[in-house]
Amino acid sequence: MNTPAFIMFLGIVLVTLVITYYASKKTKNASEFYTAGGGLTGWQNGMAIAGDYMSAASFLGIAGAVALTGFDGFFYSIGFLVAYLVVLYLVAEPLRNLGKYTFADMIAARFDAKKIRGFAAMNTVAISIFYMIAQLVGAGALIKLLLGLNYTTSVLIVGVLMTVYVIFGGMHATSWVQIIKAILLMGGTFLISIIVLAKFNWSITEMFDQMKTATPLKESFLNPGVKYKIGLDTISLNMGLVLGTAGLPHILVRFFTVKDAKTARSSVVYATWIIGIFYVMTIFLGFGAAAFVGNSEIVAANPAGNMAAPLLAKAIGGDMLFAFISAVAFATILAVVAGLVLTAASAFAHDFYNEILRKGKASEKQQVSMARWAAIGVSIISIILALGAQTLNVAFLVSLAFAVAASANLPVIIYTIYWKRFNTTGAVWAMVVGLISAVGLVLISPNVFSPEAGKAIFVGNPIFPYTTPGIVSIPLGFIAGYLGTIFSSQKADVKKFEEVLVKSNTGIGIKG
Amino acid sequence: MEAQKTNINSESDYTSIAHSAAFQKLLSEKKKFIIPVTIFFFCFYFALPILTSYSTILNHKFFGSITWAWVFAFLQFVMTWGLCMLYSKKAARFDELANEVVEQGGHNE
Repeated sequence: MNTPAFIMFLGIVLVTLVITYYASKKTKNASEFYTAGGGLTGWQNGMAIAGDYMSAASFLGIAGAVALTGFDGFFYSIGFLVAYLVVLYLVAEPLRNLGKYTFADMIAARFDAKKIRGFAAMNTVAISIFYMIAQLVGAGALIKLLLGLNYTTSVLIVGVLMTVYVIFGGMHATSWVQIIKAILLMGGTFLISIIVLAKFNWSITEMFDQMKTATPLKESFLNPGVKYKIGLDTISLNMGLVLGTAGLPHILVRFFTVKDAKTARSSVVYATWIIGIFYVMTIFLGFGAAAFVGNSEIVAANPAGNMAAPLLAKAIGGDMLFAFISAVAFATILAVVAGLVLTAASAFAHDFYNEILRKGKASEKQQVSMARWAAIGVSIISIILALGAQTLNVAFLVSLAFAVAASANLPVIIYTIYWKRFNTTGAVWAMVVGLISAVGLVLISPNVFSPEAGKAIFVGNPIFPYTTPGIVSIPLGFIAGYLGTIFSSQKADVKKFEEVLVKSNTGIGIKG
Repeated sequence: MEAQKTNINSESDYTSIAHSAAFQKLLSEKKKFIIPVTIFFFCFYFALPILTSYSTILNHKFFGSITWAWVFAFLQFVMTWGLCMLYSKKAARFDELANEVVEQGGHNE
């Protein structure tokens, strides 16, 4: 047991529970529960978006990927950031103006059809659960390594905490846990980056010079092509990264926590600065780990490189920094999983229960109580799945969530806001084809089938050659939406589109 | 935005706003800005993986051991921040136009 790490973990648990206690006093009705009453300011929501987005996969995964594969690992950092231009330019403001609590609300603003809301809610739950399993598996491995607890206990601790935040504190608690985590993560990463840079004599050029000899890859560490050798595979990865964010339900719901489109816009701008600075620093984390921890030690701790950042902290700052960075990673996981539980619970309680089953007539009290039960249900399902998924590669689950978001959600979002002819048949086709093609292609991809035993779940030749499905499934989602629309006998509801156009561009009729 | 104060409910109100000159102006100014910039950032973004996958041109040295691939990667960050600020600036103008639409929409009732 690492005592400083244990104390810092405990500190984080205490602080977040105090936040939850205060948040619970404010969480009286559905609007407070789902969206913190829409009362967050631009910078608060910007920090919370950053806290929601920079997951364990970003912090632990990218640091490891850069340390082990050099430039190819950095593709993730670039794609995850540029994705915010898609959010800012095409999605954030119309989404705020059209939706109320969930991403399905926005689609329902145009198509008042239960099956569409149902499919959108189903995609939300599927994406959030894929994402959550990845975070929980990562959390289990991390706590097991740091505190010596076994995997099951570790997953249960995180699972119980995330449930407590959400059922008692709703969106208020979730947002503030995310804000505090963003501050901790930025602080910790900045500290490591400064120490790494100091060790290279404050010289970026010297850092690059030394990297040529620091790893077994030698000079090719600095060149693209170490990991991604097939051109279309690289492009497929980048498509999923840049288009996935704008379809991730737990990011989309954050835009309902502010009062109007203007604040939604400023929160994306704050988030983009914070997230961008963080991803620049992943270079220092990755290079530092490769130089001062060493390839063999990183791989020995975890073959995917997930322990690179904490090991780097230990190598350059001793046990205290190691404990601090580990606690930061713990806070990171808690903040992200809380956001995911809340998002999936909202889809159940608001979309399935209130809007579909109760036709929008459930009382405030019934809605909040159903949302709490849904949060408990979602947590239990995720914990059970995570316990069975211990040996799965977490990066693969995250990439699956991004691919489904980009293939199933983004086409519907874009068509709903911008395409006059779009109709319900097109919306259903896009969501179903996007979901099935993204999941289906992953199931026959090299992530699942590998000719070498132990490299994937099954031994065999993958039918689909690329590691991410985006290059096929994203266009399929868009094409299905198009074909579904033009082959359907429904006439375009021009009046409804004009209403959506006016609302999304002006905020007229906004539901606060 | 003063949207909450205006009381627009019926479909015909939205249709009349959608066809109003003020709203058409807002839409066309938005399109003129958002469409070209979106095309630009997608091209700029995908140029990096395309160049690294199908050529070695970015492996040439820029300064010391830093290659053009890293420079182009860093420029993606600069582009993102730059276009974020540009959008904020342009959006202030869109807000003005949207307010005009809202005010006129209120008068029509």
